[in-house]
Amino acid sequence: MDPLALTLIELGAVVFCLGLLARLAGRIGMSPIPLYLLGGLAFGAGGIVELDGIKEFSHLAGEIGVILLLLMLGLEYTAAELFTGLRRSWQAGVLDLVLNFLPGVLLALFLGWGGVGAMVMGGVTYISSSGIAAKVITDLGRLGNRETPVVLSILVFEDLAMALYLPILTTILAGVSFLGGLTTVGVALAVVSLVLWVALRHGHRVSKAVHSENSEIFLLNVLGAALLVAGLASAMQVSAAVGAFMLGIAISGATAHNATRILEPLRDLFAAIFFVAFGLNTDPSSIPPVLGWALVLAVITAATKMATGIWAAKQVGIARPGRFRAGATLIARGEFSIVIAGLAVASGAVPGELAALATAYVLIMAVAGPLAARYVEPLAKAVPGKPGVAAAKA
Amino acid sequence: MNVDETNLPGLGRRKDFMTASGRRIGVVERREGQTELIISAWDDPDTCQASIPLNSEEAATLGNLLGGQHLTMKLTEEHKDVPGIVTRQFSITPDSPFQHQPMGKACIRTRCGVSIVAIMREGEVLPSPGPDVVLHTGDLLIAVGTQEGLDTAADILRNG
Repeated sequence: MDPLALTLIELGAVVFCLGLLARLAGRIGMSPIPLYLLGGLAFGAGGIVELDGIKEFSHLAGEIGVILLLLMLGLEYTAAELFTGLRRSWQAGVLDLVLNFLPGVLLALFLGWGGVGAMVMGGVTYISSSGIAAKVITDLGRLGNRETPVVLSILVFEDLAMALYLPILTTILAGVSFLGGLTTVGVALAVVSLVLWVALRHGHRVSKAVHSENSEIFLLNVLGAALLVAGLASAMQVSAAVGAFMLGIAISGATAHNATRILEPLRDLFAAIFFVAFGLNTDPSSIPPVLGWALVLAVITAATKMATGIWAAKQVGIARPGRFRAGATLIARGEFSIVIAGLAVASGAVPGELAALATAYVLIMAVAGPLAARYVEPLAKAVPGKPGVAAAKA
Repeated sequence: MNVDETNLPGLGRRKDFMTASGRRIGVVERREGQTELIISAWDDPDTCQASIPLNSEEAATLGNLLGGQHLTMKLTEEHKDVPGIVTRQFSITPDSPFQHQPMGKACIRTRCGVSIVAIMREGEVLPSPGPDVVLHTGDLLIAVGTQEGLDTAADILRNG
């Protein structure tokens, strides 16, 4: 068959299947991310059917997916929100970082993956999925809950931490010398601070530069600018994803709102392909050997996220059920853990088991997170112990 | 009354306050423009027993109902020394014969001696409305008069 025809058929089949999977996920009320990963596993190297024709496309599309994921993440926040969130949540944020980065680091060191592997796994276990968390909060009608701002400000802290972590990670993955690494980190810090300053003072100008009343022109402007900035950032050894995130932060107000609306379907498409591409590159037979470790890591990091949420909610005077809800909402890991693992695998600086472990871990956490968030409340109330608000009133 | 305003980064903004009965009540304004009415659970003020999405018309109607209540209570307080004078609120329903009609057409004062002292519309008060004010669905009319007069006025507004 003509290679183009074959590629189109394969791509069409995959995208169509993703649609079915997403519908299934919606039907049973879970995040579609684990299903996308499973889909990728099934059609990649060592899977049920190997689709070779779409490798190249899915690789590039996956890259665009990451850029769009982070661009949209940046669009969610204004620089002012980032700063107030940071001021309010830095203690909880630091606790979150320490408690959840360590398990990944320790396991990677234990499995002999070295410093680079430890840095990667730390990131994978650290970052909650803001996408899943936001969806859980909305779906469960917890927008008005008092612990919700606590959860959201921790997520903001994590997202900002990502903006610093990703460039550092890409430097380490590139294997440059310690001094060279320090320089890159310095550059990254300077760029991040500069962009935040620009966003805070001149955000409206950036917004004006990409804005257009015509939605076609607007889409092309935003997408073009995102890819340009991402490419430039990548050339400067600051990861492409961070460049996109920073552009997202710099765009503000109504422009950001419109950009979110216009980019959302594109993001959904490319991000789905990104998860598939990640699964395509992982051999399913590599997962069973690491599944045990993934489970151990899952249990430990679910507990550490619970602890983070409980502590943070307690600080602002939330009663016990709310503390547990805050902790459970943070448990889900998803898109960004895969983004981190994807960067690492693409660089070739980490062993193949790491991708398998990260995949298995995210599969577990993306399913367990929303479940935990849903069922923690009756559990917290059922557990006898210190009186909550209810008992105190009775 | 102290209304707490809280940013929900990436999602919107919450405005709420604590009632004397210990329940938290307020609204969440979503980024995308929807409004949700939130009411905390009685046993856990941190959680919401209900969060009810409202479209703009519903929100305005709810605002009118509550605002009207406030106005009615104030007027009742002022008239309590005048025996036989009562304040009451009427809402204009979609099937009212006077919707999209000037209020004067109902001739309420002539027919039953009742005064319409204010109209609540989309959360705002139109004080002392004249006969040429056009009535709309969802308007809340604050009326002052005798008990019988108000009964007649209610009948007029409902049936013409």
